Amino acid sequence: MTDPRALDPILAPRDRTDRPDGADRTARPWNDDLPHDERYELFEVHVLAGGKIEPNDWMPDEYRTAVLRFVEMHANSELMGVLPEREWIMRAPTLRRKLALTAKVQDEVGHAQLLYRVAEDLGKPREAMFDDLLAGKTKFHNVFHYPTRTWADIGIIAWLVDAAAIVAQQALRDSSYGPYARTMQKICWEESVHIMHGRDVVVTLMTGTDSQRAMVQEALDRWWGPLMQMHGPRSDRTKDRDLHWRIKAKTSEELRQEFLTIYVPRILELGLTIPDPALSFDKATGEGGEAGEPGEWRYTDPDWAELRTVVTNHGPMSEERLEFRRVSREATAWVRAAILAEPRAVA
Amino acid sequence: MTENGDRMIDEGGPVAPAADAITGVLEPYEVFRQEKDGDPMRHGGNVMAPDAELALHYAREMFGRRGESIRLWVVRRADIAVLEDLDLLQPPLDRSFKKPGGYVMRDKLAAARERAGTAKPKARE
Ligand SMILES: [Fe+2]
Ligand SMILES: [Fe+2]
Repeated sequence: MTDPRALDPILAPRDRTDRPDGADRTARPWNDDLPHDERYELFEVHVLAGGKIEPNDWMPDEYRTAVLRFVEMHANSELMGVLPEREWIMRAPTLRRKLALTAKVQDEVGHAQLLYRVAEDLGKPREAMFDDLLAGKTKFHNVFHYPTRTWADIGIIAWLVDAAAIVAQQALRDSSYGPYARTMQKICWEESVHIMHGRDVVVTLMTGTDSQRAMVQEALDRWWGPLMQMHGPRSDRTKDRDLHWRIKAKTSEELRQEFLTIYVPRILELGLTIPDPALSFDKATGEGGEAGEPGEWRYTDPDWAELRTVVTNHGPMSEERLEFRRVSREATAWVRAAILAEPRAVA
Repeated sequence: MTENGDRMIDEGGPVAPAADAITGVLEPYEVFRQEKDGDPMRHGGNVMAPDAELALHYAREMFGRRGESIRLWVVRRADIAVLEDLDLLQPPLDRSFKKPGGYVMRDKLAAARERAGTAKPKARE
């Protein structure tokens, strides 16, 4: 019998790339028989043109490693990031705040779960990621190495730490690695609630007594340094491989500028003082404003030595937080074993 | 006790099953969710679970805890049959006859009118 496709008129070669609806973006031009260098080149062309990579696609080891490292650090940060906040669940001032904080903590652990799934599919088992986290071989964000001294810290974290994070995460919704991009869409949606919760805590305190207002100012003074360090030092766009491969979309400085543009006015409107006398907006230079408008935030250079000290697990709470994770991992080992056991073996 | 005066688990808790009873393995389950009645099922993400029942519990926790879904499907990833060969799905063949845009008749229609001696109908108000 004749192959029905043989009866179809074949398009001229020049028309073949003209696939409908930008479908060429889904095409995988590389195939298994190509020599490595050629395949690598086609892979790059695809990614640089805005194409997505899915778990089953061939990808260079360098790309796989880069995505894995990025996502694993993100997952670790979500997981460790709940520890400063959970310390305040029992001390939250009202039942509604307790519920909101509990829900936020659950969300963040959920983010960790989603992100560890993305990382697992890239080839690293979850247990290995926990081993490395606890052994200090992989890192988590600087802001989660600090203590939470007062209820105002909880407001500042949920509002501004989450805001700084969401600025970065929104830029990841278009990551070249498909599963990461899609996960970030879900995460960003949930993060917006955290920011509202945090801002509400801060605004409420700012309508309170003098000592409540002072408590917020003190918390801001404590967190401003780590917040400014959070996105990392300025880096050379052309040398950043994560940017090159579109794993992420923006440089650390672009993220910091964006954060300042949105949040400085919102902090100032509450009558708070930002603890950096050098902070100002310079209209004459840079492209820091929204939509590439001219202007750029000037600020005192963040303490990069502190950032390095803290993220290498020498921060004020690094050891205690890791120890807590170690203890809880051991204490819950039986659960992980039980779900894999034959039903009768569980007493 | 930590500085906060609480401890996660007290001593003498449940005991892990014996090693030889641990026969299950975690596997990825893909989760599809429907947001509201009439919507298509959309891929939401995936969870690791030893069986479909636990996969459903995890899926509810991860993709439904805010009331954002009215239906979840979980499917063992290994059970999904996949076709992604573009030579089959998007063959380089002229399929324009399967699309409305494949039928361009403006000139032919004008010629037909001319033959019939009719005018183009006016657009209705
Ligand atoms: Fe999060
Ligand atoms: Fe958050």
